[in-house]
Amino acid sequence: MPEKPVAPEPPGPDAPDAAGTPAAPDRSTVRVLLRLWPYVRPVRGRLFTAAVVAIVASCLSLVIPLVLKWMVDGPVADRDPGGVWLGALYLLLLGVTEAVLFGYRRWLVARPLSGVEARMRADLYGRLQRLPIAFHDRWASGQLLSRGTTDLMLVRMFLAFPLTFLLVNGVTILAGYVLLLAQDWSLGLVLLTPVVPLVIVCSLFEGRYGVVARRAQDQVGDLTTVVEESVLGIRIVKGFGRHRSQARAFRDLSGQLRGTELAKARLLAMIWAVITVVPELAIGAALVLGTIQVADGNLSAGTLVAFLSTALALRWPVESIGFLLAMSQEAATATERYFEVMDADEEPDTPAGTGAASDGPDGVRFEGVSFRYPDAPEGSPPVLDGVDLHIRPGETLALVGGTGSGKTTLTALVPRLHEASGGRILLDGEDIARMERGRLRSLVSVAFEEPTLFSASVGENVLMGTDGTAGEPELRRALGVAQADGFVDRLPEGSGTQVGEQGLSLSGGQRQRLALARAVVGRPRFLVLDDPLSALDVHTEARVEAALREVLRETTALVVAHRPSTVMLADRVALLSEGRITAVGTHQELLRTSEEYAWLMSGEGKDER
Amino acid sequence: MTETTTLTERQAPAEPEPAGDPFDRDDLPAPPGATGALLRSLLAGHRARVAIAALVLLVKEGAVQAGPLLVAYAIDRGVPAFRAGDHGPVVAVALGYLLCASLSGLLQYVFVRGAARINQDVLLDLRGRIFRHAQVLSVDFHERYTSGRLISRSTTDVESLRELLSEGLQELIGVLLSFVSIAAVLLWLDPGIGAVAVASFVPLYLLVGLYRRRAGAVYAERSTAIAGVIVKFAETMNGIRPVRAFRREEINDAEFAALNHRHERSNGDALLEMARYVVGSRLVANTAVAGMCLWGAHRVASDSLQLGVLAAAVLYMRRLYDPIDRLGMFLNSYESAAASLTKIAGLLAQEPGVPETAAPRPLPDRSGSKGREVVFEGVRFAYRTGGEVLPTMDLTIPAGQTVAVVGATGAGKSTLAKLLARFYDPTDGAVRLDGVDLRDLSTPELRRGVVMVTQEAFLFSGTVAENIAIGRPDASRAEIEEAARAIGAHEFISALPDGYDTDVRKRGGRISAGQRQLVAFARALLADPAVLILDEATSSLDVPGEQAVQRAMDTVLAGRTAVVIAHRLSTVEVADRVLVMESGRVVEDGTPSALVTGEGHYAGLHRAWRESLVG
Repeated sequence: MPEKPVAPEPPGPDAPDAAGTPAAPDRSTVRVLLRLWPYVRPVRGRLFTAAVVAIVASCLSLVIPLVLKWMVDGPVADRDPGGVWLGALYLLLLGVTEAVLFGYRRWLVARPLSGVEARMRADLYGRLQRLPIAFHDRWASGQLLSRGTTDLMLVRMFLAFPLTFLLVNGVTILAGYVLLLAQDWSLGLVLLTPVVPLVIVCSLFEGRYGVVARRAQDQVGDLTTVVEESVLGIRIVKGFGRHRSQARAFRDLSGQLRGTELAKARLLAMIWAVITVVPELAIGAALVLGTIQVADGNLSAGTLVAFLSTALALRWPVESIGFLLAMSQEAATATERYFEVMDADEEPDTPAGTGAASDGPDGVRFEGVSFRYPDAPEGSPPVLDGVDLHIRPGETLALVGGTGSGKTTLTALVPRLHEASGGRILLDGEDIARMERGRLRSLVSVAFEEPTLFSASVGENVLMGTDGTAGEPELRRALGVAQADGFVDRLPEGSGTQVGEQGLSLSGGQRQRLALARAVVGRPRFLVLDDPLSALDVHTEARVEAALREVLRETTALVVAHRPSTVMLADRVALLSEGRITAVGTHQELLRTSEEYAWLMSGEGKDER
Repeated sequence: MTETTTLTERQAPAEPEPAGDPFDRDDLPAPPGATGALLRSLLAGHRARVAIAALVLLVKEGAVQAGPLLVAYAIDRGVPAFRAGDHGPVVAVALGYLLCASLSGLLQYVFVRGAARINQDVLLDLRGRIFRHAQVLSVDFHERYTSGRLISRSTTDVESLRELLSEGLQELIGVLLSFVSIAAVLLWLDPGIGAVAVASFVPLYLLVGLYRRRAGAVYAERSTAIAGVIVKFAETMNGIRPVRAFRREEINDAEFAALNHRHERSNGDALLEMARYVVGSRLVANTAVAGMCLWGAHRVASDSLQLGVLAAAVLYMRRLYDPIDRLGMFLNSYESAAASLTKIAGLLAQEPGVPETAAPRPLPDRSGSKGREVVFEGVRFAYRTGGEVLPTMDLTIPAGQTVAVVGATGAGKSTLAKLLARFYDPTDGAVRLDGVDLRDLSTPELRRGVVMVTQEAFLFSGTVAENIAIGRPDASRAEIEEAARAIGAHEFISALPDGYDTDVRKRGGRISAGQRQLVAFARALLADPAVLILDEATSSLDVPGEQAVQRAMDTVLAGRTAVVIAHRLSTVEVADRVLVMESGRVVEDGTPSALVTGEGHYAGLHRAWRESLVG
């Protein structure tokens, strides 16, 4: 939408009603990050080793100056050439070890961490493929995509740096404090005073930064959605000359993101400043107190120097905690976003064992089927409200109804893309709610209103409708039924031509015919066709109808129809009105008996609704 | 797109080359130097702010480095003075330390915020450029480039630049500062040792060059790989219904795993390159330190170097090489950003197929009539690949006429419509609107003149009202509802949970195809164009819906020029004139009643259609 491209509620994800997104007052960063454990577990050994290596390497880095000092004070000062050679050798050895350890740490984690990221992404993708359609109806795909890309990169970066260095720096600071207290406990206590205020400030910061980081991530998701829609709706944008208002909408949204990022920077700047200043002030105080103690003769100047150089060496480990915490916080909100999707319930598994054994073919029965969308507002009328319908075995039934009467919804219940809220649907006497989904969907084949082709060859797209056993003959037959063989053969590589988003774009009519071929290729027991001929010209439609009749003879089919020509495919017609089947009969019968039907088919008889 | 769009038409003007197609490889060529030019142009407006930020950082480093000096001052001067009862120096140290601490904190704060501002402004600029440019590019381009790649360009690739900008400046300034100052100190302490230190920069330089070459390739691969992941991801989510219905989940899992693995590999490769660089550079640095020590010690032994100088030099040597890790981090972000910027530059280098004129001409006032005259003047259209779709065509549609175009698949109907809507420009000749070449019209003027409604009724996320208002963004709610009423969409919209304010969410998952086409019509009614093109825009409507559309055309759009492409001859029958097209030529031209009586194509189509109606 040009003016307001996203849901207006500023914080929170795109679908606040989904997956119990908490406003998160009691979010604990650690608890959230601990959820990463199952993914980190397989690489825990390497991560742990890397941390140890990092600590050892840091210690080596501290040792090298000591060796230098020893060399200068000892062999060099004593003019001892052997000692000099030895010292240089030690230096070289330490240097090589240090270099190798630095590289070793990075080598240890390089593959495992990209592996963790990849595994989390694959799980997200797999999960999303199996979440209910209703979930996808609510979530903009940009929000899902941003979870699978930028959010996971944040998680990987957290595992690579903050996790290790919070540990390494923590150990360094602790060791440093022990050294400081050992050197002079009173001055050491002075340096301990800022710890409590810093911890308080840091925890305040964490909470506030988390909120803003979350907002930024949600806004990236919204931005992704706008970019995606600008491409998917490019014809409308161009057809109405709206690319400027689209760009304006995009600018507003990215302007908001900029504002959020600046708010993040403000918080980060503040915490960084506090973390810089407060310990520095403590060191200043220690310096003054120490100087006075030295003046009073209670402390040696050497001890004070040693004490202060230790304190100064701790400066970086302390200061870096600011951005390490910020990165951890971002990773925590990213993790939270990730698990919002992962925690959503998959389509509940069907209890093992099939429904009542089928006693021979019985066709499709709808018994008191009702449906309302799970997220429909309270009190709104259900879309379907007690549908009773029987499609006899081998019969083709046309489903007719006004715009928005729920025809497509009804067809979606058969392969269980949505679950009926009440009543039951029986296929050959077997309740579909008790059937395993994969088996159900292998029995029922669907051609959707919107013919979607995937990025694959024409042949692969069509053969998707089979169990993988079908080959060239079946493909030819299905293409023939859909009258698609002619244009497919004229494609550059025939049925091997790549189509779909990453291939050749086909016209609406061509795609519709391929979708139809896909639906019939596997000779399904049950066939659901949603207005399958809408985009075809009159001649093609007539030819497809003739061929389709042959197919329909062998199968039980439900065909959504908008026009008399499509209705002609069917043996009987059912009229769907206000959530119920109000009439069933042949086309001619209904034309005579049902005013609504006559109106829908001819536009006459029911003046102006 | 419609049935009439044939294969040859779809072979986009971007000249596909099947095997080494830059689109398939996700490797659009950018002119040489475009990446650097892009980065420079992004930073151009921010030079002063970058300089200020650098200065702030320098002063801050100064304040930080003052610490040890204050310690020295406290011990050398403060202690004796305090003993002598003079508290002044100690107070001065206290104040000095307070000042330095506060200053470094304050400057840190200023720097982080200032750098973020520069950073975010650059990113805003870049995102805007990508988006605006993509919007100007042709429909054909987008069909080949895919939404997933564009998403990748404007999210993950922009993210790479963000990393460079947010850390890069600080890293780079820090690194340069340390290298220069410490090398200078070493040279000053002892020219010999200093020279060795400077000489050690040569292998480091070579190492950096090697790293950059290798990392550059790896990051380019990574950027392509993540785009592949995104494309697959987006495609699956957008086609989730057929994915489910045809049990594609496991096959998709496997395909996604391959793409994901490619990204995992290149990601790991990038990290390993970094590890190699760290090992190499540390080895050079530590060897140099050991060598300098050895050489220095021998010179001390032969009395050509003072011990104190060596002691100082040794301490500085270590610090000289401290920043090489940070240099590595900087190079790492730089290469990653450069790879991404190259991809972005390749996108930005794409020329729009139908550029907007620099010197627009206005349309003459609509004199009396609400429609405008359309003239195809010697129009020929062929794709750059050579496939001719329309041989030379001359056609005049008087203002206010409704013309129906019929013909078999591939006859060129859609091409005609797209030329008139200026989705394409003709290869030869001109399409004129009231005598003005479409190419001379500004976009707003063009869209007041011509609007096209296609079969694909896409809904953007937002409310139903907002979707209708695409036709005219400044329309009031009353006008929006009026348009919906006129097309017979008001009833179903009012029945939605929040009426016109109902959020359609994901491409209107809950709004049927027919309803979407009605919304698309309401859009067109609201836009109130002089010329309306309907390209199979009624295919999913039922009979009453189609009749509502016809009524609206007779009333609301009365007097407009209309070009209607339809398979349903019910729409055609009410036209003033019918054009039958075949192989890009108009083979029959006349009123429906005249054509239907003949023995031509139209009469044949009409008979078939009548038969399809009777049941």
